Amino acid sequence: MGLEELYREVILDHYRNPRNQGHLEHPQASAQGVNPLCGDEITIEVSFDGDKVSEVAVDGQGCSISQSSASMMTEAIKGKSRKEINKLVGRFRQMMSLDEGDDLGLDPERPGAVLGDIEALQGVRQYPVRIKCASLGWNTLLEALDA
Amino acid sequence: MTDLSYLKADFPILDNGVHFLDSGASSQKPIPVLEAMDRFARTSYANVHRGAYKLSVASTEAYEAARRRVADFIGATDEREVIFTRGATTSLNTVAFGWGLENLTEGDRILATEMEHHANLVPWQMVAKRTGATLDHVPITDDGRLDMAVLESKLGPDVKVVTVTGMSNVLGTIPDVPRIAELAHRHGARMVVDAAQLVPHTSVDVNQLGADFVAFSSHKMLGPTGIGVLWGRMDALEETEPFEGGGEMISDVTLHDATWADIPHRFEAGTPPIIEAVGLHAAIDYLDSIGMDKIFEHDQELTAIALERLVDVPGIAIQGPTDMKDRGGVVSMTMEGVHAHDLATILDEQNVAVRAGHHCAKPLMRSLGVTATARASFYVYNEEADIDALVSGLRRAGEIFGVN
Repeated sequence: MGLEELYREVILDHYRNPRNQGHLEHPQASAQGVNPLCGDEITIEVSFDGDKVSEVAVDGQGCSISQSSASMMTEAIKGKSRKEINKLVGRFRQMMSLDEGDDLGLDPERPGAVLGDIEALQGVRQYPVRIKCASLGWNTLLEALDA
Repeated sequence: MTDLSYLKADFPILDNGVHFLDSGASSQKPIPVLEAMDRFARTSYANVHRGAYKLSVASTEAYEAARRRVADFIGATDEREVIFTRGATTSLNTVAFGWGLENLTEGDRILATEMEHHANLVPWQMVAKRTGATLDHVPITDDGRLDMAVLESKLGPDVKVVTVTGMSNVLGTIPDVPRIAELAHRHGARMVVDAAQLVPHTSVDVNQLGADFVAFSSHKMLGPTGIGVLWGRMDALEETEPFEGGGEMISDVTLHDATWADIPHRFEAGTPPIIEAVGLHAAIDYLDSIGMDKIFEHDQELTAIALERLVDVPGIAIQGPTDMKDRGGVVSMTMEGVHAHDLATILDEQNVAVRAGHHCAKPLMRSLGVTATARASFYVYNEEADIDALVSGLRRAGEIFGVN
């Protein structure tokens, strides 16, 4: 465990080629998130089709963890309802708060199970100061949805 | 090469092999400082300036001895010009609010620079809003130095105060403060120096600086946290109102009014950082035993080596002066394609402690066109091996992120 666990290929890929980057023409919800300690910034815009997210865009700058986490999040929430998104965010937060010794295992109910690629971020747990980086996009998304 | 490696044994925190390159944020404490504070707290501690009993007398004497030691260290001719505060931030707030609210009015200008730490920027923004004065800034040149031509052009009769960092905490740049002070005074402005990065690293004589106010912190100069210094020229202090009211700063108090104690005590409301003053005293003794000129030389030598070696690391760009002219031991860098936080995490895995982020200087970061840098800063306990570790950690970061 160590840097290889933190900087997995999927994370570096999303950092170098962030998905759904930019702005929506007519966002129905949006929010800005800032981590004042390190200066990472993120803007998230969302459009809906009925109750489901039809489009999402993210803009900002920051470290590989905050940017890749937001990028993966945009892929994960497309087509999902608010309820499903809330569940996803819950799982993500649970994954981030697990102790190092906890075994995610193959339990279908394990926090990472519904997260797909996002599971790659579990290496962040070993770096407590970076958990805020990983969470920035998700917290901002919740703000956008609550607004 | 100035060899200070004999000092390392005085810093037990370094025993585990950490390459500590974040002294610009706060320095480590040597055993003599820790022992002086411990000894004082065990044998001589009580509140100062009020007890008629022996312990209080001893404590007051130690506190005032620290004031005299600071005065001597910075070349102050009158020890009453040394005010103990909680740190450089409080010192600068005392000037901005205590002097600024009294002496600034609508139409006046405050002239700062684009490379100020938030501590020498935000208080002036607050005071500008309250007084109607405007806040103006001198930009930096492409090579990270203060643009002296613009500074001169911005001076005028409406400029009432010029406030400048003694050494940039991001770029390491050391502006020509004596020259700026001369220009400021020619226009009738007061001169303030944020010397938080300067005093720990070089010999400072406040009269040679030519400033009216000089602020610095103990914790960046091997002393404890919780105490700092505001030095003010007596006539400038006489123009300054106390920024905080309370015990110890008064001469007489009625239900509706109070008169102030003499300078410096009127600026030291409440119980001061007494044990910390003793620690600062010991830190100054320690620094002087090494010699401030030697410390500056040592920092400069390490910085020169770092600058030389960092240019060979793929993707690295130095933010700030790349030669040794008028700069101190702070090196800010970015790596193409790798964010500063990722650099700091990867370096930390190799036991190299650097600072990553905006360094409390967001306007400067915007002007540099970067959002964050990784910063290495050197002090007495650093050696070339720390730079080896830094360079190898940066190369590792480049490998992980595929920087060529």
